[in-house]
Amino acid sequence: MTVNRRQFVLASGKYLVMSAAASRAVGYVLAGSPERAPGYSAHDHWWAMAIDIDLCIGCGGCVRACKEENDVPLEPFFFRTWVERYHVPEGDIEHPMVDSPNGGYDGFPERYREGDGSKNFFVPKLCNHCAHSPCVQVCPVGATFESPDGVVLVDKDYCLGCRYCVQACPYGCRFIDPRTHSVDKCSLCYHRITKGLTTACCEVCPTGARTLGDLKDPSDPIHEFLRTNMVQVLKPQMATGAKVYYADLDGSVR
Amino acid sequence: MDTLLAMVEGFMYPNEVELQWSVLIVLYPYITGLVAGAFILASLERVFNVEAVKPTYRLALLTALAFLVVAPLPLQLHLGHPERSFQMYLTPKTDSAMAMFGFVYLWYLMAVLVLEIWLDYRRDIVLKARSSTGFVRGFYQVLALGSDNISPRSLEIDERLGRFITIVGIPSAFLLHGYVGFLFGSVKANPWWSTPLMPVVFLFSAIVSGIALVMLVYMVVSRLRGKPIDMRCLDTIARYLLYAFIIDFSLEMLDLIHRMYEADESFKSLDFMVKSRLFVSQILIQIIFGTLLPLGLLALTQVVRLTEMARKNIYAIAGVLTLIGIFAMRWNVVIGGQLFSKSFLGYTVYKMDFATREGMLPAIILMVAPFFILWGLIRILPPWGDDAPPSTVDTE
Repeated sequence: MTVNRRQFVLASGKYLVMSAAASRAVGYVLAGSPERAPGYSAHDHWWAMAIDIDLCIGCGGCVRACKEENDVPLEPFFFRTWVERYHVPEGDIEHPMVDSPNGGYDGFPERYREGDGSKNFFVPKLCNHCAHSPCVQVCPVGATFESPDGVVLVDKDYCLGCRYCVQACPYGCRFIDPRTHSVDKCSLCYHRITKGLTTACCEVCPTGARTLGDLKDPSDPIHEFLRTNMVQVLKPQMATGAKVYYADLDGSVR
Repeated sequence: MDTLLAMVEGFMYPNEVELQWSVLIVLYPYITGLVAGAFILASLERVFNVEAVKPTYRLALLTALAFLVVAPLPLQLHLGHPERSFQMYLTPKTDSAMAMFGFVYLWYLMAVLVLEIWLDYRRDIVLKARSSTGFVRGFYQVLALGSDNISPRSLEIDERLGRFITIVGIPSAFLLHGYVGFLFGSVKANPWWSTPLMPVVFLFSAIVSGIALVMLVYMVVSRLRGKPIDMRCLDTIARYLLYAFIIDFSLEMLDLIHRMYEADESFKSLDFMVKSRLFVSQILIQIIFGTLLPLGLLALTQVVRLTEMARKNIYAIAGVLTLIGIFAMRWNVVIGGQLFSKSFLGYTVYKMDFATREGMLPAIILMVAPFFILWGLIRILPPWGDDAPPSTVDTE
């Protein structure tokens, strides 16, 4: 069979275009499969976090570690995790006074005195990695998704930047990264936990107030935490299947 | 952005301080509402045989098209990655309300509006192609999509098909705008938005704004052309505007009373917001000047015998106030829904830039653009029967 130059150019052009499209498609397929990490099977895990309110001292170490580890913009509007300080005068749980200067990044300046009849405590917050995430539900292209191991993740190269997920999150856990114009949020340090490490925030917490837990691992201490403490999730009325469990969470926290 | 922090009152989650949806997202429901409303007015004549509004039938359709063409632009401008928006067509997520936007939009644009306009104008287009020469002839031949048959039989088919499309078009217009309401109404995280009434309220406010717009366009166009206004038509439109407005206002009041009576966990926070940061745009502009005043004026024309001139003036004032009021309603929904913290403990502000991508300037341009498009459409497809070539030209 003889092939003239014209036929050759047309055919090779076609193959080039076809293979480019195909390889791109394969790339997208692969992007959503965490099983690619060596020695890690996503289906064997179901990640959650346990937070003990009584242990948090508001040092802000978790906020700093998170920003450092995950390259979160330093401006005070962008947090994957932050810490709130609650001041509940006279036990009036409907009117707490809350502050979170720079998300607790610099710790908390002394503000309230002991013995003034109030209740004071810190509440570390992060994405709740909901099992029925409103943010995942609303994403028009599926750029944000729940991984098989129970982590809500974002494909930054697919996100349109429509911000609907930011509106849909009841907890204020999402923001638009001003550098990429895509949405960003806590990934539960997915790059770390799939390698057998804990999250950056849990790693640095000096009191062990926050610990990563694997609900599918029967030997994980999170089971004892859930069994022995009075436990609550944030805004249970939202029915999002939140998986960040708080011990001793006060009714004033929202 | 640091100035924003200074304007925060109380406590907001840190990520909430920056507003997510700007004035452009206010324009989106406003513009699609005008489209849906204008179409529903047009269908009054076609489906419900309200002969009196016939002079505005084609004008209403062209108005709807002019605005529909612009409708996706504010969304596109707002996206962080407009270049990826096409993914909504390629890989839509089926349980996402927003993923349906592209399909609802395309359906309405191509299957309803363009098709109905084309069928209605087909005879005019063919006649125009026959009677002109050169470029103009070619242009209209392309518009005719190769059809040249305007025998009574084929026109009758056009008419029947057009009627069928209008019948399909009414639920489609409801879908187009009810859907926009659902986008907001289904966000359970936001108590200001989350109500099943939202799509219905959006729909009726859309009908109100669309009728007001077509009424004003008809008055202005008649004046520009130096033609008398058909008062029977104008009175009828104004009457429908009043009816739709009463339903719309009742629904909004129902929502308000329900919220006040139920007074759930979000109520105190929202109540404070309405009385402070939303007072001007909600209480003054939307409710008093944008709803009660035009309602009163329109009601006046029903109970008191007024001269033609007085009625025209009242309709013009009521129409303008209505359009401002409905815009304020969209503003209060979209912007208002972001001014309070989901912790119900604090409030932020919305600072509109001017000449930025999501600033006031592009918003103004996007609001003016449909009128230029409408002008162009009117030039290409004159909507008035009085300029049409005599029908005697027609022989198969």
